[in-house]
Amino acid sequence: MKIPVRLRPVIFIAALLVIWQIAIDRNPGQLLPGPIGVAGGIVDLLRHGLLFKYVVASLFRVTWGFGSAALLAIPLGLSLGWYRRGEMAFYPLIQLFRPISPLAWIPIAILWFGVGDLAAIFLIFVGCFFPLLLVAMSAVHGIPAVYINAGRNFGLSPRAFVSRVLYPAVVPQLLIGLRITLGIAWLVVVAAEMISVNSGLGFLIVDARNAGNRYDLVVGGMVIIGAIGLLLDLGMRSLEQVKSFHWSSSEG
Amino acid sequence: MSSTGAIVTEPGAGQKLRVEHLGMVYERDGETVAALEDINLNVSEGEFICIVGPSGCGKSTLLNVLAGFLPSTSGSVTIDGEAVSGPDPRRILVFQERGVFPWLTVEGNIGFGLSKLPRTQREERIAHYVQAVRLEGFEHTYPSDLSGGMKQRVQVARALAVNPDILYLDEPFGALDSITRVIMRSELLRIWQSERRTIIFVTHDIDEAVQLADRVVVLSSRPARIENILTIDIPHPRNFSSPRYLELRDELLKQIGLAYEI
Amino acid sequence: MNSMTKPRAWESFFWTVVAAGLLLALWHYSVAWTGTKVFPSPLSVEKAVAELINRHVLWADIGDSLRRVALGFGAAVFVGIPFGLWLGWKPAVNQVINPVLQILRPISPIAWIPVAIIFFGVGDRAAIFLIFLGSFFPIVVACVVGVSSVSPVLLSAGRNFGLSTPKLLMRVIFPAALPQILVGVRIALGIAWLVVVAAEMIAVDSGLGYLVIDSRNSGKRYDLVVAAMLIIGIIGLVLDFSFRRLGTIKSVRWGFRDAA
Repeated sequence: MKIPVRLRPVIFIAALLVIWQIAIDRNPGQLLPGPIGVAGGIVDLLRHGLLFKYVVASLFRVTWGFGSAALLAIPLGLSLGWYRRGEMAFYPLIQLFRPISPLAWIPIAILWFGVGDLAAIFLIFVGCFFPLLLVAMSAVHGIPAVYINAGRNFGLSPRAFVSRVLYPAVVPQLLIGLRITLGIAWLVVVAAEMISVNSGLGFLIVDARNAGNRYDLVVGGMVIIGAIGLLLDLGMRSLEQVKSFHWSSSEG
Repeated sequence: MSSTGAIVTEPGAGQKLRVEHLGMVYERDGETVAALEDINLNVSEGEFICIVGPSGCGKSTLLNVLAGFLPSTSGSVTIDGEAVSGPDPRRILVFQERGVFPWLTVEGNIGFGLSKLPRTQREERIAHYVQAVRLEGFEHTYPSDLSGGMKQRVQVARALAVNPDILYLDEPFGALDSITRVIMRSELLRIWQSERRTIIFVTHDIDEAVQLADRVVVLSSRPARIENILTIDIPHPRNFSSPRYLELRDELLKQIGLAYEI
Repeated sequence: MNSMTKPRAWESFFWTVVAAGLLLALWHYSVAWTGTKVFPSPLSVEKAVAELINRHVLWADIGDSLRRVALGFGAAVFVGIPFGLWLGWKPAVNQVINPVLQILRPISPIAWIPVAIIFFGVGDRAAIFLIFLGSFFPIVVACVVGVSSVSPVLLSAGRNFGLSTPKLLMRVIFPAALPQILVGVRIALGIAWLVVVAAEMIAVDSGLGYLVIDSRNSGKRYDLVVAAMLIIGIIGLVLDFSFRRLGTIKSVRWGFRDAA
């Protein structure tokens, strides 16, 4: 029996869910819910209007944190990538700050911004800023010398050069970097919400467990986190595919 | 003494490689495309055969089928009486480029097929072929530090080291500059003359074919059929300006349907 | 434009010092100018670092963090590479399993804490599980990409010399994919370092992450907080740097020729 190709992953997931449910049924009285319990939990959240509210809260923080990081890091990173000496100056410092988990910034974030949204947004900002700097710097390095020479050959003004040579050349790589960093932002927001705020999907997970061991909500929250994270990633990928950004592959 | 008909068979010869009514079709976008049609060829032991034809005609496809990388859809290919059913170390293919393993040194590459040999024998063999392709001193060099011509030499040495019955070469000098190409041709001839392997050499370069081959197989454009087989009866070393050379070259150009004056 | 002249080798060191000096000065003067009582000055952080080093607990904390990374990351490498190679080699299998991975991947390891605690209880093992989760996916992805981008010519050449599939995997596919795999492993190590610190802030009682949160909770010692952050940064940097050195070994260097 040949299962059509498109259907195979679906059947595989269904099989995993069945195994999961059976494993749970065999061990009654333990905390982890099965897929049916999880589904029930999600319905619960929908009914209370909490799901929508929490998703919006998390997305809101991601938008602000990721957005501000991108707005700052990309121009800065492009400039640093262009001016070798600037890069030499700051590269080690960036590499020093990058391995510091955004969560380790929590005490400082709370000190500066108090407990709440702004602190969470700051954490996301920190988590996205350094990787985006590096992405922008490397995007500039990746511009083929022939493009730069051609631009100079045609006597472009600095402004025209940036808009007609630099920008188009770096956009494809930047998009990929933005997609990856958006993924990071999504990871950070959930973690940040588990520690320092009172709403959002991360908070849902912590709260559901603390206030009554509602593991169906915990796992339900995890599933939703996964789903939205995947949607964000797919959304960014489709942006990469937009025809007008596709010139890098046609150049060969 | 140019051949007239499509098939040339000398009595008693042609027992190394026999190709009989070889055909090959493949599917593309739901359509069946014929790549090879009714190819018949007999190759004797120690012969140097060149296969030429217009670009895209299927020369490489033919070579890949002969080497066992692609299956034929009709007809047969036998080597020493045995049918070809897949890749085999008894017949090694040298690729046009990127055929050397970049993570191995020259030595490592040449010794690649020799893992079953005891160490001393392996080292001897490697040393012998390093010398044969004139890469002494580069044994411990990695391919990224070698020129294109040197990498092709490594491939040839690697192929010869396992003592194959047939050596297939798929436009091996196509990615090299013209000066290196000339040098590599004489190197290949030198090796062939000392080891007398059976060689089947695909090229799009007419001069190359006339300079190297005992016989030249001319393929038509797709689907590839054997248009003709030309025997090059000039003994080595061949003079590129000799009248016979030029005659054969022009004959070959004519066979392919190309003008010899632009 | 100063980007046109080629900078000399010593300039790399020079400009870094200049930038670091500027930042330190900026830091020092912001603290002095705002008259904050809580946020530490560079000097107090320096003293805090000395204090940590002398306290001996620092070394235990560093050891704990590194140990957890070693175990979680090690497990991810041990399981992830064969799994990833398999997925890369069998695209049909990858097509079935990949969607599951894509759904699991965006879930922050930290979100797994409650579930991890159910399975492993509070403590080390839960933390190691989280690190494993975070490191697993980049390694698998890198292996899949590495295997699927092995040149068909090399595969044909391997087959030509009579290699069976297991031998082909060992002698051609794995070496050919290794540069890509190493990139994924290095990224996974970076992630492991981020996860361990986060996990230690929430779920365990030792390690550098715990040091950060504890310094604040017991006494608002922000000088220790910043000192701990710097140490985290330095160790992470050292880990990454050492790993990059692996990329210079001759038998993989070929794969990094064009890397920036």
